[in-house]
Amino acid sequence: MTCLPKTAPAKKLGLVIDLDICVGCHACAVNCKEWNTGGKMAPLSDLDPYGSKPNGVWFNRIHTFETMNDVGVSRTVHFPKSCLHCDDAPCVTVCPTGASYKREEDGIVLVNDDICIGCKLCSWACPYGAREYDEAEGVMKKCTLCVDKIYNENLPEQSRVPACVSTCPAGARSFGDLNDPNSEVSKLSAARGGVALMPEQGTKPVNRYLLPRPKKTGQGVNAPRMLTHEDTSDDGAGMLARWVDKILTA
Amino acid sequence: ERMGINPFETVKETVALSPEVSDEVKTSTCYMCACRCGIKVHLKDGNIRYIEGNPDHPVNKGVLCAKGSSGIMHQNAPGKLTKPLLRVGERGSGEFKEIEWDEAMALAEKWLGDTRAKDPGKLAFFTGRDQSQSLTGWWASAYGTHNFAAHGGFCSVNMAAAGLYTIGGAFWEFGDPDFDRTKYFMMLGVADDHDSNPIKIGLGKLKTRGDAKFVVVNPSRNGYNAIADEWLGIRPGTDGLFIFAIIHELLRADKIDFPSLARYSNAPWLVIQNPGEADDGLFLRDKKGFPLIWDVKKKKAVSGYDKDISPAFAGERKIKGKTVVPSFELLARRYMDPQYSPDAVAERTGLTADTIRRIAAELAHAAFEEEVIIDQPWTDAWGRKHDKMIGRPVAIHAMRGISAHTNGFHTCRAIHMLQVLLGSIDTPGGWRYKPPFPKPIPPAPKPTPPHYKPNTPLGGGSNGFPTSPDDLIVDDNGQPLRIDKAFSWEHPISLHGMMHMVLRNAATKDPHEIDVLFMFMANMAWNSTMNIGETLGFFTAKNDDGSYKIPKIIYSDAFYSETVPYCDLILPDTTYLERYDCLSVLDRPFSAAHGVADGIRQPVVKPDRDVRTFQTVLLELGARLGLPGMVNDDGSAKFPGGYPDYLVNHERRPGVGPLAGWRGKNGDKSGIGEVNPNQLEKYIENGCFWSEEMPMEHQFFKHANQGYLNYSKKMGWIGEASPVVFQLYNEDLQKFRLAAQGHGERQPPEEHRERVDTYFDPLPIWYMPFEEAEIDTDEYPIHALSQRPMHMYHSWGSQNAWLRQITNANKLHIHTEMAASLDIIDDDWVWIESRHGRVKGQVKLITGVNKNTVWTWNAIGKRKGAWGLKHDAPENTKSFLLNHIISDVLAEGQKGIQYSNSDPITGQGSWYDLRVKIVKCTKAEWGETEPMYEAFKGGPVSDLDVLQYGKDMKGEDTGGKADLREYIGQRWANAANIDGIADGHGNIKKGDKT
Amino acid sequence: MHPAKSVIFFTTATGAGYGLFIWLAILSFMGVLPASPLFGLIALGVSFALIIGGLLSSTLHLGRPERAFRALSQWRSSWLSREGVMAILTFIPMGIFAISWVFTSKNTGGVALIGLLGAFMAYITVFTTSMIYASLKTIPAWHNGWTKLAYLILCIMSGAVLTMALTLLMGSLTGNEKFSHAGFHLTMPTAIFLALGLIVKLLYWRHIHNSKPVSTAESATGLGEFGKVSFAGSPHSQDNYLLKEMGFKIARKHARKMRIIAAILGFILPLILIAVAIHHLHGMGRTIAILIAATSCAIGLVFERWLFFAEAKHVVTLYYGESEV
Ligand SMILES: Nc1nc2c(c(=O)[nH]1)N[C@H]1C(S)=C(S)[C@@H](COP(=O)(O)OP(=O)(O)OC[C@H]3O[C@@H](n4cnc5c(=O)[nH]c(N)nc54)[C@H](O)[C@@H]3O)O[C@H]1N2
Ligand SMILES: Nc1nc2c(c(=O)[nH]1)N[C@H]1C(S)=C(S)[C@@H](COP(=O)(O)OP(=O)(O)OC[C@H]3O[C@@H](n4cnc5c(=O)[nH]c(N)nc54)[C@H](O)[C@@H]3O)O[C@H]1N2
Ligand code: SF4
Ligand code: SF4
Ligand code: SF4
Ligand code: SF4
Ligand code: SF4
Ligand SMILES: [Mo]
Repeated sequence: MTCLPKTAPAKKLGLVIDLDICVGCHACAVNCKEWNTGGKMAPLSDLDPYGSKPNGVWFNRIHTFETMNDVGVSRTVHFPKSCLHCDDAPCVTVCPTGASYKREEDGIVLVNDDICIGCKLCSWACPYGAREYDEAEGVMKKCTLCVDKIYNENLPEQSRVPACVSTCPAGARSFGDLNDPNSEVSKLSAARGGVALMPEQGTKPVNRYLLPRPKKTGQGVNAPRMLTHEDTSDDGAGMLARWVDKILTA
Repeated sequence: ERMGINPFETVKETVALSPEVSDEVKTSTCYMCACRCGIKVHLKDGNIRYIEGNPDHPVNKGVLCAKGSSGIMHQNAPGKLTKPLLRVGERGSGEFKEIEWDEAMALAEKWLGDTRAKDPGKLAFFTGRDQSQSLTGWWASAYGTHNFAAHGGFCSVNMAAAGLYTIGGAFWEFGDPDFDRTKYFMMLGVADDHDSNPIKIGLGKLKTRGDAKFVVVNPSRNGYNAIADEWLGIRPGTDGLFIFAIIHELLRADKIDFPSLARYSNAPWLVIQNPGEADDGLFLRDKKGFPLIWDVKKKKAVSGYDKDISPAFAGERKIKGKTVVPSFELLARRYMDPQYSPDAVAERTGLTADTIRRIAAELAHAAFEEEVIIDQPWTDAWGRKHDKMIGRPVAIHAMRGISAHTNGFHTCRAIHMLQVLLGSIDTPGGWRYKPPFPKPIPPAPKPTPPHYKPNTPLGGGSNGFPTSPDDLIVDDNGQPLRIDKAFSWEHPISLHGMMHMVLRNAATKDPHEIDVLFMFMANMAWNSTMNIGETLGFFTAKNDDGSYKIPKIIYSDAFYSETVPYCDLILPDTTYLERYDCLSVLDRPFSAAHGVADGIRQPVVKPDRDVRTFQTVLLELGARLGLPGMVNDDGSAKFPGGYPDYLVNHERRPGVGPLAGWRGKNGDKSGIGEVNPNQLEKYIENGCFWSEEMPMEHQFFKHANQGYLNYSKKMGWIGEASPVVFQLYNEDLQKFRLAAQGHGERQPPEEHRERVDTYFDPLPIWYMPFEEAEIDTDEYPIHALSQRPMHMYHSWGSQNAWLRQITNANKLHIHTEMAASLDIIDDDWVWIESRHGRVKGQVKLITGVNKNTVWTWNAIGKRKGAWGLKHDAPENTKSFLLNHIISDVLAEGQKGIQYSNSDPITGQGSWYDLRVKIVKCTKAEWGETEPMYEAFKGGPVSDLDVLQYGKDMKGEDTGGKADLREYIGQRWANAANIDGIADGHGNIKKGDKT
Repeated sequence: MHPAKSVIFFTTATGAGYGLFIWLAILSFMGVLPASPLFGLIALGVSFALIIGGLLSSTLHLGRPERAFRALSQWRSSWLSREGVMAILTFIPMGIFAISWVFTSKNTGGVALIGLLGAFMAYITVFTTSMIYASLKTIPAWHNGWTKLAYLILCIMSGAVLTMALTLLMGSLTGNEKFSHAGFHLTMPTAIFLALGLIVKLLYWRHIHNSKPVSTAESATGLGEFGKVSFAGSPHSQDNYLLKEMGFKIARKHARKMRIIAAILGFILPLILIAVAIHHLHGMGRTIAILIAATSCAIGLVFERWLFFAEAKHVVTLYYGESEV
């Protein structure tokens, strides 16, 4: 259904990504590729895999940014990016075929690659670069939120999670229903003031990003700024004298 | 599904929610790096559908990194070797003929047999990325060569040596920060490290807990360093000064854990002050040989090992006619000296004095004001009961940023000294040993000298822990006897050998010539060697008669690496998914601080090539050569079943084998026990690992925890259940120094005296890295480093169709200010010039790097014709290795000796001493990297244009829809801070039954 | 945005084709066009060729052309779908008009009315095309009124120039003054639309140059509160689909050159040529001048369309080093 669901989806499944602990290891990106290249969107084709311009279909990619404020304090932030499963998904409404659609039951945005004509318009409409055209297959592909994993009865419970989430070594990724204010992901996002990317684009993303916490420099810890020297003599004779008489039993 | 052709119909997709994933799931242990995480491999018709982390595994608890997640493409790589190869062209040409295994084994047997019949020492056996050193070392010793080592010499031996000679354990992956409890975590010089996933899990947990501070000391700010609370962008090679300044502050402010020092360290031990004499600087000992301390209550000298002592920490006394002072006084005098004040070191480290003072204050505050207490009674090694475990919650981890410098050994000792002075070692919230550590300082085994007897075993291990000049492997003139010159006066405590010197020494026949060089799993002709250009020359160097100076080279690799073409006989190995393998406590344990663990790999896919597991091949060669332990009395092979057979049935000592789990006839024993024929089955049932959690009362203070020490003895890890006393002042080092000062039987040859005297200081020192000291720093003002990308393992990633998409061209990262001064912008081409040569690459401007430092990703650059890549791959044309411009030797000194570019104590290769200048390329020079070597002939070159792995793997929908489970990353830590989030792990809440 | 030949040809050709038809219908309705089957064949032939050729080239750039028919289903929400539907529907009146002209030599009265209906629908089709681009928020250079206006005016403009050329050519070839006179009817409109076209493009260019950025690297990453955001590491070493499709960069200097070329060839030169031709030239000379004007206009519009894509920045580039779009 390429019009967005008339009644807002009952659930809004999505990811919450914690930029405060993401170390930029690319595990989520590779594990995503690994799961999905044999999954609903199979295959995630790779062009020129061993040549000069290797490039393939990935549903998740890790960028690195630096920030610099006006007093010259800079940070490095690793930044994973995948489909945000927007509420008002322009990639859906522009689609002429209905191949691009949003599921009514859980809000997951999918591509039906059996009818996609590969016009690429959805990739023009997506502000986040979350749509990946498979040049070898001539169809558009994208993050499925691992729809073929999270509900999959052929997998043990612990594996019923998006691949990128369960594999993240830092534990920077969480998954759940962001429609339900009482869900754990909603609480997590609320507690950390999770943000949406490019709100001005009006896409109403479901995924949330938790911004890096304020850095604890000296101020952060309630320690003194410096230790008071018990001995200011040049050679530390004072301290040594004190230690000579030091009596303790071990 | 139904799909009409009515153009106006909206086709609705019915998504398969429960597709069949696999027809079989096998567990094993990942080997996309040395971290050894547990994996679950989903198989479909024998092909790999999906590899995920094993949630039950102690190392990774279900997570899997980028490398591990790309195992499919490792298995799928076009660069895999397919058959044994025999060189037909010149070395380096790449011209081989494929031969059968029978011929290959016969050849290897003959080459090795002839050499052994002459002089086993003429075999040099060196192994690289290796996790079966307990096998290879044992094999070498049975063969009879003293010329054996793994690659630790160029890897991180400084960390191992400094740790084992100071606290009886080491960083590397042999200890763990207590991520659950620490209040202050300081990480120095770490990129991804061996404990790859555990560190990431730990950092995530630590930061999510929110009540700890995470400080990094690193010239670069990416990866782990990016998420730190505070980044100290130190100037490379100066960490020692930084640590000394902190210690200076702690001493001056009397923020020292004296009770801990008294109990657990040699700080009170009395050191003889007798300048110029043979006993100067040695400990004063009683008749039994116990070191003495001065008991200020008893007013007499008693053994430092006695119970209930009141030791003096300072004060010169005359005892038994000797002038003595507690070693602590020597320590205190040295580091309280103004030369180590924050102000004195600030400029050289590139950190402000205020910052250093503040860090010292924060460390002291965390250690002494934020004690972590576990209500758990325990008993110390002297039988004293303690009603709780008091922690000094300062944890430290350090790795190659510290060790890969010529001053790395002392710097690492300095870090351990800091830990000990704060009393944080193996306390709650501190840095914790992983069993089987701690071990005696240092562990007992000694290196075994050559015997030159035909067909005779060495009679000991080739590597060990020298404690005095007597343990060196040198001749009567003090000249080296090992091909790598390890354990010689040049690098006396080179515990892990010096693989990086083998090719030069063998080709120059210095100290002696060899017949056969046997290598395993090390890319010595490319990214794991310094000075690539000359090293290739050593491979191909010839005598006047046209024969090669290194007569025969046998090499086992699994892929067509740059080293393959330089060897004569290639024994193609299996991949980690095709073989049995062993992660043994005898080798590199992957235990956790709370319990020991080991594991295996099992074959999950069948090789589609004519390859054999190297360890099995090695055992068969051993049998053919009739090596003791590898043949039965009747001469038949002892392990006809190959490596798995050995894993189960080999006993190093009675009851002690490669695997510690499920020993004993019916598998009910652990550690020590008879052989259990079903041991491997047990491991496989359990997910290919074994682990044994220790009771809480044994989990801390292991160095002096009676219960733990008894357990350690029972497991056969230590000989005696006596406490491990931290050696801040190291007497063993002093013994070498005394020899250099002219005392004792064995003294260094004249040319080495001064060097040994200078660097064998019993207390940590700092000196300028050798290259920096030798060059004109105005000409080469910049430090150049390499770092491991988290998604690549050395050379392996470039053949991986997925990983190489992430990085197939490495850039030189430089600070925007430096770039501005050089008028350079993103993607400009520059020459990176060292005193040794120059290499060309493109730049990337950033701000997260020390302003005098540039860095690039390690091991991305490749040579045309290797790894199955097309010749125009960016790895071949745009990527570069700093290895080309790192010299393996130092400038020849006045004494006419040319030392290895390595740490003077341990022989650790000093990759990060490199100094360079950056020169902008002319436009004409843009486009391709240099140096550019000619392509190998005959190597595999992939002609694949499109890769569509998994196209045919979509599973049939079996119907059904499981209930959703929410997943919360770092659930445990988040639950503690946010109400509405339940405790548990991932998508499993406490109490859920699964 | 990557200026793909297929799309450039599609938009320019269909625009001119529809424009041509619209003028033919109007002139017929005015009764000033002789219903010569030959001319009908040529003129409508050119119009249909341009339209069909354009539509074909647009389907050829699809990954799965054989599935193109599915693009009709989502007219409720998708402008691309609407364009497809309109294009097809428009062929009905256009077809009837063409058939009766060419085969029954009739192009006035009821037929002309059908022609006008076709013209009207054709114009709506062009509007749907413009909306495909104008509806994309992600590309601020397209997401504005000028985009629609430009498409609508350039369609009429190029159609007019083309109609003039064809009628005058017919006139001088057949010596039938009626054709030339029909053409002269268009002199003024053509001149006006050329001028309008130029003005609209100039205003469009000023608009995209002056308009404030819609999104920034700060809003794209949410990291604004930490300061200025810069790109420190790419997820992949080589260009991926996104960068090949949307990462197209054009240097300011180069763009300015192209704009001048587009303005001169597309608008100014044709305007001058037409003026000169009408006032100072006669017979074949005049016709040739107009033909040159038409050709120049066509080439100019290709440049204009190339720029339309090349100058359009997509917000996704904010994740790859752009600081604002
Ligand atoms: N510039 C620079 N150079 C460095 C470093 C640095 O920091 N900077 N780091 C140094 C360090 S610490 C190290 S440890 C070395 C690492 O460098 P190496 O020890 O050379 O490690 P790799 O290159 O990863 O792999 C060595 C060989 O193992 C082969 N191999 C892979 N899997 C298998 C297998 O299953 N069986 C067999 N038989 N072979 C296999 C690969 O094909 C490769 O040829 O690099 C060193 N080089
Ligand atoms: N992903 C991945 N993981 C690996 C490997 C791999 O190839 N890839 N290799 C494995 C191997 S063999 C090893 S030895 C380990 C090495 O583990 P690491 O030591 O983590 O690896 P390096 O890449 O050597 O990182 C050295 C770090 O020290 C910093 N540094 C350099 N000089 C200095 C200095 O003077 N002072 C300080 N404070 N910092 C400095 C560098 O910026 C860099 O961040 O990693 C292991 N794990
Ligand atoms: S796996 Fe986790 S830590 Fe690694 S890049 Fe992805 S989100 Fe960041
Ligand atoms: S992120 Fe892009 S692809 Fe995903 S829903 Fe939003 S617009 Fe569509
Ligand atoms: S590419 Fe496929 S999914 Fe995207 S808009 Fe076109 S038809 Fe729809
Ligand atoms: S949810 Fe699944 S498909 Fe989406 S990025 Fe994560 S792993 Fe990839
Ligand atoms: S860290 Fe990654 S590569 Fe290394 S063993 Fe674990 S999963 Fe495998
Ligand atoms: Mo290493």
